[in-house]
Amino acid sequence: MQDDDKDQPFMQKVLDNHFLLLFIGLAVPTLTYIVWGVMELVSLPIANP
Amino acid sequence: MNANTDFRICPESGLKIHRPAEALIKANAVLAVVFLLVGGVLGLLVGLTRWPEVHLLPADAFYKVLTGHGINVLIFWIIFFEVAVLHFASAVLLNSRMATPKLGWASTGLMLVGALLNNYAVLVKGNSSVMMTSYVPLPADTLFYVGLILFAVGALIHCFIFLGTLVIARGERTYEGSLPLVSFGALVACIIAIFTIASGAVILIPTLAWNLGLISHVDPGVYRLIWWAFGHSSQQINVATHVSIWYLTAALLFGAKPLSEKVSRFAFFLYIAVLQIASAHHLLVDPGLSAEWKIFNTSYAMYLAVMASMVHGLTVPGSIEAAQRAHGLNSGFFEWLRKAPWGNPVFSAMFLSLVGFGVLGGITGVVMGTEQINLVIHNTMYVPGHFHGTVVVGTTLAFMGITYWLVPVLFRRDLILKGVARWQPYVFAAGMSGVALFLMGAGTLGVPRRHWDILFSSAGAGNGYEFSAAALTLMSLNGLSAVLAALGGAMYIGVVVGSILFGRKLAENEKVGTLMVRAAPPAEKYHNIGMGTITIPGTMVLVGVFFVAFALYYFINWKFLAETWGLS
Ligand code: HEM
Ligand SMILES: [Cu+2]
Repeated sequence: MQDDDKDQPFMQKVLDNHFLLLFIGLAVPTLTYIVWGVMELVSLPIANP
Repeated sequence: MNANTDFRICPESGLKIHRPAEALIKANAVLAVVFLLVGGVLGLLVGLTRWPEVHLLPADAFYKVLTGHGINVLIFWIIFFEVAVLHFASAVLLNSRMATPKLGWASTGLMLVGALLNNYAVLVKGNSSVMMTSYVPLPADTLFYVGLILFAVGALIHCFIFLGTLVIARGERTYEGSLPLVSFGALVACIIAIFTIASGAVILIPTLAWNLGLISHVDPGVYRLIWWAFGHSSQQINVATHVSIWYLTAALLFGAKPLSEKVSRFAFFLYIAVLQIASAHHLLVDPGLSAEWKIFNTSYAMYLAVMASMVHGLTVPGSIEAAQRAHGLNSGFFEWLRKAPWGNPVFSAMFLSLVGFGVLGGITGVVMGTEQINLVIHNTMYVPGHFHGTVVVGTTLAFMGITYWLVPVLFRRDLILKGVARWQPYVFAAGMSGVALFLMGAGTLGVPRRHWDILFSSAGAGNGYEFSAAALTLMSLNGLSAVLAALGGAMYIGVVVGSILFGRKLAENEKVGTLMVRAAPPAEKYHNIGMGTITIPGTMVLVGVFFVAFALYYFINWKFLAETWGLS
């Protein structure tokens, strides 16, 4: 992470920020796959036989 | 600690190798091969049982062996090897010291204990034939879950050690500028691995609690959802890892440099952002999840990840073509490819892995991941057919190829049985491509997966089920291919284990003799390569053929779907 290189392109900065990448890699699937999916499953009505 | 004695210089590659890291890499690679042996033998038994004329094992043994096969190859072989690759791509490729090697040994120890406990539950106690997916409420032995959890914790610690090594390398400035591409690919694998393993823990720990009677139940729908965040994402660790190995092999053997670092890096970034959500393709026919959720997570977003794989599939052979042309093999469309080192298993395994992964695994994966046409093949043999294309012809073969490079470099042994090694990738690829293709064919004709008695012959006269002769023939051809694949696997294990134990020891500064590392062609040689303005015409032709096949196959499956309900 070259903080001194102010004139680097934005995407380059993102790709060089490894912990930001880690955050993206955890946040995206957690939200769109797990959280959204679990919300749908728990909102199913329970059968009353 | 004396910094100088902790390192040695590799005479082949000039890499500065941190000895404690090297020892740990070797240990993980050896463990990987041991579990491949176990899982491979079980795979052969599975293949022989599903061969209609042979039908080797009785039903209970079959399900036991199938459970052991899935877990040993898919989880233990692959992940032990990936741990080795992670530390290689960080400490070794960055010429850095590794963060906390001692903790690394402890983690590998945890993984080993976990793998042994799990195998003990499945194969010895025999009360855990729940398949690798262990869907609740199927009950397995407590040790089954404990084993998997210990293995996962060990692997997770390895991921953090890898990140620690990156921090050290950056802090000690062992590399300039951005992380080199291969190490970046390993970082991507590590990030996906952290999500994967965390998901595994999130679902297996409550399942263990349920198994111990601490909680009353685990919801099967939620289990499937979160288990596949683990089960599928782990395949994406594999993809990121074997793509990194492709780049590494291209750089080592050809001195190739990526056509565009920026594009390759961006493609890797797409893996981080959108690859893992494709886990939803395993739940396309699950009730309770909306079509929006299914389609968003499989199609729209996942296509970006597919595109990323196609970028790698273009740029890896493209960079090899450009380098070969710059080395002087510039005539016609394919001189660069014809004169590639086909007798060197490091190369042939890598190239077969690339083609096999793209054609057998990639095309079929997109077909299966489409909600509508998934219905045609769901839970049939098509599914194992597909993933033997991805995780075996793709990942496993790539790992095999790089092992032939690592044995002399890390173990400092010359390969034994070089003739066997030369043929091994071809035998294995031929056998496994057969397994993949014939299983897919049988699946298209409706043969179910994970099924010991598809004819229901044990259900008594009149209750049987007829399959077409074609379907049964395809299953027999699969049996033959399974034998060939097992032979290819045995050749690999024979050469690798034999070389590590009995290969000629290489002297401190001795080189192997065969080409291991080729210098990059000078930049000016890259001018005037190719045909007219196209620098990589050969790769363009290959990519064109690939796209036509892809499109045709995709639409053929829609036609199958239409015929299923006689709509047309
Ligand atoms: C000698 C080599 C191999 C042979 C002959 C073989 C054969 C088979 C066959 C026929 C099946 C389907 C069984 C069924 O559904 O009834 C299967 C399942 C499977 N194979 Fe393999 N395989 C081999 C190697 C591998 C390798 C190297 C991997 C992974 C790296 C792998 C991963 C799997 C997985 C994950 C399953 C699914 C298990 C389940 O349904 O729970 N196989 N194998
Ligand atoms: Cu998947």
